[in-house]
Order: sequence, then C-alpha cells, then structure tokens
Amino acid sequence: MTAPALPATTVAGLARGLAAGRWSSVELTQAYLARVTASQSELNAFVTVTAEAALAAAAAADAARAAGKASALTGVPIAHKDIFCTRDVLTTCGSKMLANFVSPYDATVVAKLAAAGTVNLGKLNMDEFAMGSSNETSFFGPVRNPWDIKRVPGGSSGGSAAAVAARIAPAATATDTGGSIRQPAALCGVTGIKPTYGRVSRYGMIAFASSLDQAGLITVSAEDAAMLLGAMSGFDPRDSTSVDREVPDYVAALDAPLAGLKIGLVREFFEKGLDAQCEQRIREAIAVYEKLGASVREVSCPNLPLSVPTYYVVAPAECSSNLARFDGVRFGHRCESPRNLNDLYSRSRGEGFGAEVKRRIMTGTYVLSAGYYDAYYIKAQRVRQLISADFARAFESVDLLLGPTSPTTAFEIGAKVDDPITMYLNDIYTIGANLAGLPGMSIPVGFADGLPVGLQLVGPHFSEARMLNAAHRYQLETDWHLRVPAAYA
Amino acid sequence: MEWETVIGLEIHAQLATRSKIFSSSATAYGAAPNTQANLVDLGYPGVLPVLNAEAVRMAVRFGLAIGARIARHSVFARKNYFYPDLPKGYQISQYELPIVAEGALEIVLDDGTRKRVGITRAHLEEDAGKSLHEGLPGVSGIDLNRAGTPLIEIVSEPDLRSAKEAVAYMKKVHTLVRYLEICDGNMQEGSFRCDANVSVRPKGQEKFGTRAEIKNLNSFRFVEKAINYEIERQIELIESGGKVVQETRLYDPDKGETRSMRSKEEANDYRYFPDPDLLPVELDESFIDVVRAALPELPDEKAARFVREYQLPEYDAGVLTASRELGAFYEEVVRRVGSEPKLCANWVMGDLAAFLNKDNLEIGNSKVDAAGLALLVARIVDQTISGKIAKDVFEAMWESGESADAIIERKGLRQITDTSAIERAIEEVMSKNPGQLADYRSGKDKLFGFFVGQVMKATGGKANPAQLNELLKQKLAG
Repeated sequence: MTAPALPATTVAGLARGLAAGRWSSVELTQAYLARVTASQSELNAFVTVTAEAALAAAAAADAARAAGKASALTGVPIAHKDIFCTRDVLTTCGSKMLANFVSPYDATVVAKLAAAGTVNLGKLNMDEFAMGSSNETSFFGPVRNPWDIKRVPGGSSGGSAAAVAARIAPAATATDTGGSIRQPAALCGVTGIKPTYGRVSRYGMIAFASSLDQAGLITVSAEDAAMLLGAMSGFDPRDSTSVDREVPDYVAALDAPLAGLKIGLVREFFEKGLDAQCEQRIREAIAVYEKLGASVREVSCPNLPLSVPTYYVVAPAECSSNLARFDGVRFGHRCESPRNLNDLYSRSRGEGFGAEVKRRIMTGTYVLSAGYYDAYYIKAQRVRQLISADFARAFESVDLLLGPTSPTTAFEIGAKVDDPITMYLNDIYTIGANLAGLPGMSIPVGFADGLPVGLQLVGPHFSEARMLNAAHRYQLETDWHLRVPAAYA
Repeated sequence: MEWETVIGLEIHAQLATRSKIFSSSATAYGAAPNTQANLVDLGYPGVLPVLNAEAVRMAVRFGLAIGARIARHSVFARKNYFYPDLPKGYQISQYELPIVAEGALEIVLDDGTRKRVGITRAHLEEDAGKSLHEGLPGVSGIDLNRAGTPLIEIVSEPDLRSAKEAVAYMKKVHTLVRYLEICDGNMQEGSFRCDANVSVRPKGQEKFGTRAEIKNLNSFRFVEKAINYEIERQIELIESGGKVVQETRLYDPDKGETRSMRSKEEANDYRYFPDPDLLPVELDESFIDVVRAALPELPDEKAARFVREYQLPEYDAGVLTASRELGAFYEEVVRRVGSEPKLCANWVMGDLAAFLNKDNLEIGNSKVDAAGLALLVARIVDQTISGKIAKDVFEAMWESGESADAIIERKGLRQITDTSAIERAIEEVMSKNPGQLADYRSGKDKLFGFFVGQVMKATGGKANPAQLNELLKQKLAG
C-alpha cells in the first residue's frame, strides 16, 4: 500500500494532537480516507466509505473545537461494522439480503459515538449476519489479514480488526456473539473488547442471536478502548436488555497498579487443541503479569468444553427467528417476478442468504421444532446455566480469568470453509463468555511464525474497568499492540 | 342418540392503551393505512421491542377482576410463522408463563340458575396487521397500523354447553372489560372478537370429542349462529358414519355456514421460545395492590347492591349494570328523585332504552340526561302529571330538549287533582251519555272503562287517575 504515513495511530495520540492543535480533524480524516482507498483492493475491509459525510463531520468537529466545544473524542475518525444501522447509509450486514438497504435510522451506538464527536469513515466488512469466524461468508468477499493477505482476519468482525491492524481506521466498532470481536482481534494483533451483556445498547445492531450479541470495540490499545467504551455504553430505553447502571470512568481506572490482582488460568483452555507456540506466548504474558504483582492460579470450569455445542443450539435457534423478518416484503432483497406469496418468500430468502446463514437458520428451526425443543433448546439452556455457574464459582477466588483467545493464529483463506465443525471450533475459548454474558478482551501478546497471538481476559459482570486496567498495564510493559504490518507502517 | 356440546372460547380483547404494546406508535382506529406503524412495528433490521407498562397494568386489572392468579413472573415468547401482515416473522405472545391464570366468571342461564365458567388463562400479545383486498385488483395490500396493538387473549375452560351459554359468557366478558376500561369493546372495529372451540360427544361420555376451531367471530350473533351450525354439522357427520377432524374453520356470515380453513396436519409448528429481546415481567405485591385498590365496582357486585339497596328484581339489576355508564345514569336518577327506585328503573329500562334504541344511541349520548329524566319522574311522584302523560312529556323532551316542567307548562299538562273539577267533568259525561249510564246501572260493569275514557278525554287526560276512579265509582253508583 502506498499512502501517506500518519502522525499518530492511537485514538489517545490523535486526540492529544487535536487538542494541542497539531492537526485538524479534516487533515486526519483525509489521511485515513487516503489509506482506506489505497488498501481497499488488497484488504477489502470496507463495504462502504462515507468520504463526503466524514469530511463534513470532520469540518464540523474542527468548528466545534474552534468554538471551545470539543470533548476528548471530537474529531477522531472511527469506522463502524456494517451490522450497525447508519442513517441514510447502506447497512448490509455483509449480506446480499441487505445489499440495497439504506437504513432510515442510526443505531444507538452510532448515535452515541457521533454525539461524542467521532467522525465515521464508513462501514466495515464482516461475515454475513455476523455468522462466521473468518470473514469468508461476506457477500462482499473475504477480508484479508494485513499480516499476511493469504490469510483470514478472523470473524465475524474481520473488517474491523483488519482496518485497525492496518491503521486504516484508528478504531472500529464491532460485535461479538461467540467471539466475533476477540478472535479477529487476536488474529490481527489488535485489542478487542466485548463488554458485559447489557452494557452497550443493541438497538440498531442487526440481531444475530439476541441473548448473546454484544457491541464492543476493536482498537490499537486498551487505553483507546477505554476512551471509546465510555462514550458508547449506558442504559438505552429502547433496549430492554440494556442495563440501567452507571458507566464508570474507564480511562481514570486504567493506571491502577496490579499488585494483588488474582488471575485464574482456566485449566480447560490449555488441555488440548492449543497450538504450542500460541501457548508459549500466553505463558510469557503470564510472566509479565506476575512481574506486575498479580498472582496466578489455576481454576477449572468443567462445563466449558460443552460451550461450542451449547452455542450451536442457542445461537441458531435465535437466529432462525431473528432472520425471519428478511422476507422480501418491506426491505432488502426481493426476487424477480414472484408467482405467489410462498415463491416470494422462498426465492427472496433462497437468493438473499448465503450458505452459512442458511445452515444456521435450518439448524435453529430444527432445534425449536415440536418434539425437539426439549431435547435441544431446553437442554442447551440448562447447560448454559451450568457454564455460567462455573464462571461464577471461578470468580469467587479470582478477579480475572486468563487464557488464549484462539487455538491457532490466522489460517489461510479457504482452508476451513468446507468444514463447518472445524471452523466452529475456532471459537472454543471465546463462546463461554457470551453464554454467561461476561465481558471479555483480547490483547496482542506476540507472534508465532510472524502471525499475531492474542491473549484473552474474561471478568465478572461489569468488570470492564478492571479488565481494561489489566490490559493497559500489560501494554505499558510491552509494545506488541503497537506493531504494524510492514506494508501498512 | 343424545349429544352434548362442549365449547371453549378464546376471546381477543384489544387493550385500550394509547400506544402499542412494544412501540410508541398510536393505536387509534381508522387512520390511513400504514400511518401508525413505526420502524419497530415494521420489523426493521436492528429494532427492539419495549414493553408498554400500561398494557401490563390492564392485564392485571382483568386478572384481579376474575379472581385469577396474577403471575409474579411471566414471560414473552415468540410464535414463529410467515405471513405478510406479520412483519417480524413472529408474533410476540405469552406461552408457557402467562400473566393471568385460573380465574372464573359466573353467567346466568335462561332458567335463572348461575353457572361458573372457568378461565384457564389470559395472556398479553401483539396483534398482527391487516391484509387489504378491496380496491386493489390483482394484488394484496398490507396495513400495519394494527400490528403491535396490545391484546389480551382470554382462554376459557371447555365449560360451555351451548351456543347460548357461549354468548352469555362472551357478553359477560364484554361487559367486564368495558367496566374495567381496558377495552372499548367495539366489535365492528375488531376490538373484541373470539375463536370458538366446538366439539360434541354422546351425553354421559366423559371423553371430549374431536374439536374444530372457528376463527375470528366478531359479533354475538355470529358466535351463536356459527356454533349452532357447527354442532349440527358435527352431529350429522358422526351420525352418518363420518369422523370430525381437528381443524380450523371459518364462519361465512353470508351463507351462515362454517368451512374448513386448514387441517391439523397443515397447521404451523410455531416453534415457541422465550423472546430474548424482552426481560421476564416481574410483578411485586405493591404493584398488584395498587392495581387492586383502583378496581371499580364490578358488574356482579353492583347488581347485588342494586337488589339490596334499591329492592330491584335481579333481572332489573342485571340490565341496569350491563354497562358502567348505564348503572351510573340510573343511580343519578334515583339520587335526584330521592324515592321510588323501581319507578326510576322502569323509566331507564323502558322509555329511555326504547328511545336510545330507536335513535341508535349509547347511554352516554342520550338526548335526555339523568337530571332531565329525574325531574320527569319527580313530577309523577309529586302527582303533577300521570304516568301516562309522562310518556308524552318524555317524547317531547327527547325531541325538543326542553325540560319536563317547561313542556308541562307550555302544553298545560298539569294533572287535575281538584275534586270538584273532576266531579264536574264526571257529571257532564254522565248527562251526555244517559243510555250508557242506564246500562251501567243495570249491571253492565264493563262500561266503567268507557266512562273513565270519556272523562279523561274531557279533561285532556289530565285527571288524576286514582282520584278519577274513586269519584267515578261513587257518582255512577248514584
């Protein structure tokens, strides 16, 4: 990629420069838009670039700053995963079904981040309806990993992770239903946070599995995540599942010392399937934490190995119902010349959805069917409670859990597309937090054969401040999060 | 063979909230198509439902009024099926854990006995939109104004044994929901409608027969006709060697028959599961206590009080408590007259009801208000006019809007109670009709009525009837 280098690449650094008048938001926005354009053919990270609106917003941000009305994030460019509805902008969810859908409204996350002064560069590519772990299910083509463009960036927030890794966006919103923030963050060497279920409004975030979906962020650093998370969190009267609970000052909590922090290593995460080099990087990171004063002990979550099958009952069940609204009647793809109502439904949906989405709709329809509901859905809900109880027990003795984010580094595009079970096992370490509604993070902890390795932190409900603090202290000791793929430096 | 009918009703009552059950759109009836449907009602990508607390309050009000168990924990579930008037591809309803369970109502049968009808459950749900066909050749239109309107579905036990009982029960529920001000009860607009589950079995058999469900009955008359048709159909079918199949049927009011819509095999598998977008509804005692404290006097309580307080026959009390407004009107008349509650009841149930009926008016729009009627009744009680004259005065009040007193004065209808004046009129009549007088005195008692009529005519109907009777008897006797 040939594009202008950037004056700074973290949200914190960009914000400081804006505050000091070293650059304007328009200059930053132009620089990032140039990088977006230059990288697009290689990475395919964006579905839509909103250059004109971004420059207008940047000019408005500069004017606000000139008028003395700037807040910390005023004028900082970001980009949104294309799962968030953006008013008057194409919102595709990575699907042919919504390839023509211009949203008439803003998601709460989008509105809150705009109100905080951020500038939206555009909409980021993703697995179709957030169903995938490699960004290969997108109707708009796969996103490529900037560390090796033959490889996947992970998914479903592959566009968000690749964009931040290549520094074509300083930060990006993302969503996580079973690992869709943490796994791509790990595979692209960036920081990802999935907050507690209910911390961030789901209004305007196109639903995949409502009881698991949670909006979060992919950023360069934990500090950046803390700055943005405060702006996007909070109770939303339009989302009954958002929690009415005060949003702490995440930035203020970043620097607290880690002495006395009790970290638990989940035994089940290290038992099998974990790549040896990845495990080595995790062990090295653990040593850093010990040096910082944390104590580390092993804990067990015996039901955690059941999380993948549990997830693949609950998530498809909810998705089969959530995706019923895409029927070709009011918005989205409609087949040509339907002969009758059934033809309209079956062809519009048959043409509009890709193979993975169909697989999950069919699985979900099956597990909710009369005669199977108890054996699958009810049983999965019971296991889900057992997994939650395992976590709750673990948090009686430790403050945070630590382990790998993904069993391997980024794999090659096409390597797993024909084998859904192998693909699903990518999320074996991340799904548990979704089932239990817990916050989770992934931070870069080094490389294996030139590819980034991610470390996962999982905390009790609403422990984002403590988790960000632990991630930030680690990032003060290391510079893995500041490494940029050579082609995008 | 003698057959017994078993009927259960599922009544859908639209709750009278101002906004929809899960969105802020208005629920008013009759707006231009799709003008009262926002992004939530349209099922747009990313939108979420938020429960209307008022709908919950209304459901609890109903539950308390039927003596039901109010669930402290109830859950919304999704009922999944595809239909153009169902934007999300699922209806949000309650399935395993409804908000109201195990209540009952009493109905009065033709022979005057009372019967308890069990109510299995009542749950909250959203209504669907409407398909439009009129004026749209070759296509179907969709109006989503009704989509998301709150409903309470009231499911009875299979306790009803005839179409008449079913109608009596439905009317009872209809009265109750209007008393509670949770439903306007407007059946033409679809605010109150029902599905009837009908089966027959040989008398004495315990096991239920196979039932058919008749969908969407929106008048009491249709309920009665559809059920009676269905009973006949099922009995004929069985007696001619056939079998009733479990199916959904539609009533065609033009042909007066039910016909099959879909069989059990064709029925949807609704794949119910708890809606993950909505939290369970958790109610605490204090909330329920507040709702309970705000309950109005219920129809049965009011009727019992009317019998006790006004010594009315049970029938009258039942009629006068059919709506809250009618009961209030009656009590206002009694309060103003200050006596004669039975006379007041007769006027409200008689002339007033007849005139309302003639002009197709509700009690709230009556052309004679409670104060006006009370004044008229008071003029009967104080003997200013007779009951017969009062009927004419009432008609004049109804037409002109004038007060009873104004009409009595203007038309000179004041009753004659002066004995000498009545006597003069009697003497005049007697002298003009010597033949009839002779006949009467020779034993033709029936002629008494003739003389009453003649005197009344002579006095313009104003002679006090009791006095007239008395004096006439004396004079005729000679």
